[in-house]
Amino acid sequence: MLTEATGQPLDRVDGRLKVMGGARYTAEWDLPGLAYGALATSAIAHGKVRALDIKAAQQAPGVLAVLTYLNAPRLQPMPEKVGGTLFRGEGGITETLQPLQDATIAYAGQPLAVVVADTHEHARYAASLVHITYDEAAPELDRATASRQTLPEAFTGSKEEPLQVTVGDPRAALAAAPVKLERVYESAITHHNPIEQLATIARWEKRNGADYLTMYDTTRGVDTLQEVIAASLNLPKDNVHIICPFIGGAFGSKGWLYAPALLTAMAARVAGRPVKIELRRQDMFSTAGQRGATRQTLSLGATRDGKLTSLQHDTQAQTSMVSGYVEPCARVSRMMYAVPNLGFAHHLSHLNLPSPCPMRGPGETVGGWALECAIDELATELNLDPVELRLRNYADKNPETGKPFSSKHLRECYARGQELIGWAARNPKPRSMREGNSLIGYGVATTMYPAARREASARATIFADGRALVQSATHELGNGAYTIFRQVSADALALPLDRVHFELGDSALPKAPTTGGSATTATIGPAATAASQAVLSALKKVAILDKKSPLFGATEDAIEARDGRLVRKANATQGETYEAILKRAKRPSISAESTTKPGDEREQFSFYSFGAVFAKVRVDEASGSVRVAQLCAVYDVGRLMNPQTARSQFIGGMSMGLGATLMEATHYDDRNGRAVVRNLADYHVPSMADTPDIIVEALNIPDPHISVQGARGIGEIGCVGTPAAITNAVFHATGQRLRSLPLTPDKLLKALAS
Amino acid sequence: MHPFQYQRSESGSQAVAIVAKDSDAAFIAGGTSQVDLLKEGVHQHSLLVDVAGLPLRQINDFEGGVRIGANATNTEAAYYPAIQARYPAVSEALLAGASVQIRNMATMAGNPLQRTRCPYFRDLDQPCNKRTPGSGCAAIGGYNHVHALFGASAACVATHPSDLAVALSALDARVQTTGPRGNRTIAFPDLHRLPGTTPHLDTILEHGELITSIDLPAFAGRSHYLKVRERASYAYALASCAVALEMDGAKIKRARIALGGVAHKPWRATPAETLLAGQQPTEKLFQAAAAAAFADAKPLEHNAYKIPMGRNLLVRALLETSGLQPLQGPAGTAFAASVGGMAGQVATPN
Repeated sequence: MLTEATGQPLDRVDGRLKVMGGARYTAEWDLPGLAYGALATSAIAHGKVRALDIKAAQQAPGVLAVLTYLNAPRLQPMPEKVGGTLFRGEGGITETLQPLQDATIAYAGQPLAVVVADTHEHARYAASLVHITYDEAAPELDRATASRQTLPEAFTGSKEEPLQVTVGDPRAALAAAPVKLERVYESAITHHNPIEQLATIARWEKRNGADYLTMYDTTRGVDTLQEVIAASLNLPKDNVHIICPFIGGAFGSKGWLYAPALLTAMAARVAGRPVKIELRRQDMFSTAGQRGATRQTLSLGATRDGKLTSLQHDTQAQTSMVSGYVEPCARVSRMMYAVPNLGFAHHLSHLNLPSPCPMRGPGETVGGWALECAIDELATELNLDPVELRLRNYADKNPETGKPFSSKHLRECYARGQELIGWAARNPKPRSMREGNSLIGYGVATTMYPAARREASARATIFADGRALVQSATHELGNGAYTIFRQVSADALALPLDRVHFELGDSALPKAPTTGGSATTATIGPAATAASQAVLSALKKVAILDKKSPLFGATEDAIEARDGRLVRKANATQGETYEAILKRAKRPSISAESTTKPGDEREQFSFYSFGAVFAKVRVDEASGSVRVAQLCAVYDVGRLMNPQTARSQFIGGMSMGLGATLMEATHYDDRNGRAVVRNLADYHVPSMADTPDIIVEALNIPDPHISVQGARGIGEIGCVGTPAAITNAVFHATGQRLRSLPLTPDKLLKALAS
Repeated sequence: MHPFQYQRSESGSQAVAIVAKDSDAAFIAGGTSQVDLLKEGVHQHSLLVDVAGLPLRQINDFEGGVRIGANATNTEAAYYPAIQARYPAVSEALLAGASVQIRNMATMAGNPLQRTRCPYFRDLDQPCNKRTPGSGCAAIGGYNHVHALFGASAACVATHPSDLAVALSALDARVQTTGPRGNRTIAFPDLHRLPGTTPHLDTILEHGELITSIDLPAFAGRSHYLKVRERASYAYALASCAVALEMDGAKIKRARIALGGVAHKPWRATPAETLLAGQQPTEKLFQAAAAAAFADAKPLEHNAYKIPMGRNLLVRALLETSGLQPLQGPAGTAFAASVGGMAGQVATPN
């Protein structure tokens, strides 16, 4: 009998390939006749191109073409919506600026020309020779004084994600509350900075007289990109093919900003040969998306014994002039605590800065930080243990919608987390603990992530040699998709793992959504299972009708798949292998496709993952340096598909949360809107020396309602919660509240001097 | 990257001759900084003369001190036993800088010649007098978080990024060069310039002048380097300091202090040095010295934090060098140099 593969801590099936350099990433594809593109970008943040002098670039060695707004192919407007996701307008997810269509400049670093040459070096040198003059206007760079300020209705147009909500009467309840707390929290602009920069290769061909475009792209949304490219270039969707088998990290980038891909398609069109554009690291700070800065006001009202009576969370977010993207900061506040009067608002200022987009835990990472810091401050006000305050406001149902949670075991997370960090042994008094030169502090935060599930399709094929292939147009961005969907498929097909392959990252495969929102496990897992079951059902029909089969004449219900065989449930000795059935039927293979989607359960339950994060920090008071001594988390994320890849997701997310807390920030010059930090020497992400051994446990209790797997997604929950746990630990260490991310030494020194 | 010619040199004199006759030519050795600047278009040389193959890699005992060949790698120098034992500030500064991979490539002559980390210097779309003389200084009035407290000018507020240079300054190392006008010896504190009206010139080296060795003079005292940075590894100093103390019994005979991350060159804290000479080491004395060291600091909009940080750092460096407080890790290692230490519970080796 085969052991179930799902739930086993298996090595990544693509691990060896990646380590040996065999996994081919976008920029590594080589096509015959490939040419190379390089960008010339705007030096100014607001205004118009006055003149573009491209003569020197055109005459530089190896140059094949120079595209500017004056000669580039015309593009259709960015679609209003793709796959139900709002693209245009306030709350829309993408940048709507179609590149090289006119002289308008919305932000510094905006692409203004593409130079195509025979080598990468020739292209980049020639791009440096493009001479641009400007009619410069004063850039708008201040959220508070921006001339275009809006109140977006819903995040990405989703009815599940209203951005302006009032339940009960939070203001009156606050006014009447015996204990009140109002605090302002600010967070810096941060960048995803995956190690693989954005890249695209585009190749045009004529097929049956029609234009056909193949693109290798670093996208985590092959189907979405296919639609955007087809709509923008006015091509039938089926004439656009997007390929991306491996992504070198995304973290929210590589999903929703399309200028680099469109520029490559346009450049290949004009040059008449395949073109590759790989962004420079500097360009990642302008054309690859970012998390916008926020200013958040948390107003809490509570009784003296720590029952929340009012919670209002107001966010001032920022976006570019050519996007409606808003950081949805109340995603945690809207569901975390049992509070009768609850409100949140999102206010959006349009600035002459590059466009933001989702970044790991969009809204949750910085919004949850603000909420969980405010809760900690309230605990101090009330002289209550911060865990106890959270337990006193424990929500058994969603406070906004009233729906019960599908599966929630957060109390166990708090309890186990306290054991792991040694919570009870600390001295709870702030600024009471020391080791050598360091102040010591402990902090806690609750974490969560919405357990999304979306519609997706998959196809399963069983071959006459006994192997099987399951396919879906999802993505491998380091998340372990190849591994866990092979595990899920092998179990559904009753085959050993090494006889099943899983393919993804190709728009020609059955449709899947953009990988994001921690939805992939709950979305693709059921589709892979359903397709596997469907192909077994088809195989059963073949056997049932075959007089030579031991299963001849049986009903489908009376047959089950076991160890690579179809057998009669009543007598497992009566049966045969998949190969035997197919070979006798003279069929090389048999396939079936299935589409699955969430159903009525979404109306009945509120789907979330939960967790508790605990941090111990050392603060060197003389220098303002913070180091994380210990980081522990206990998560309630449903059933784990693979504890080993899951652990990587958790600790990766927590490390990213640690970076956002202590060091990550992109500064823009407040005079001209240019990014001042534009490389990985000056934009700090955590090094190994910044990252302690992270202790992670998961309860591994299946969610009975989310899907057949009982698994909720885990890509982002690690990033959420970690910032508040560390910030609260810094308070416990120093007695000072820091309300501005990141907690760099300059801010610590200032706070400690006060 | 601008197109350039590349040539391997056969000898020091040949390298000097070739570079001297082409005003846009430059030397390249480890390339860890030079190549970045070429790729970003900040350096646009016509010709690179590779000196990495020249026989300048030896590290030897020399006149009671140590002679470090210009081409010795940062790693080789950091772990050279006589340096680690007798000049721990040098090893600490090296090992608290860059990454293992970079230290394995970077040379000892190249390290002190790296260019500023002022972000405006690296952005061709921003004015910068250091990159393009006469274009202006974007950092004055811009984002000047990592900029200078001392010796800046109206033309430039950049700081020098090298950790090594700070230690070499405090130890009064000597730089041996060969150039178009022959050989000379430069006292390390004189190697780098203040920006004045010529911030495009980082050092007093003439065009075509090649460093052949860096000599550590005989030294019987204690030395130590401390560094604060925004992450625990692989980051430039927000502030740093190197201290060299020579004792006469229980009293300080001579103190030398160089501050890093605060000026266009390693900044010798002469008032503090004077104050310490002949005194009995105490925490109170060190606080007075630190106050004196920073008395003339002139902060910009975003870098005033460096004053308390620098003072605190200097007090700690003096306490640790004099033995009034223990080092945070073994002398001559990154553990001793890194303020805050590493994340995690693991005790630093001591």
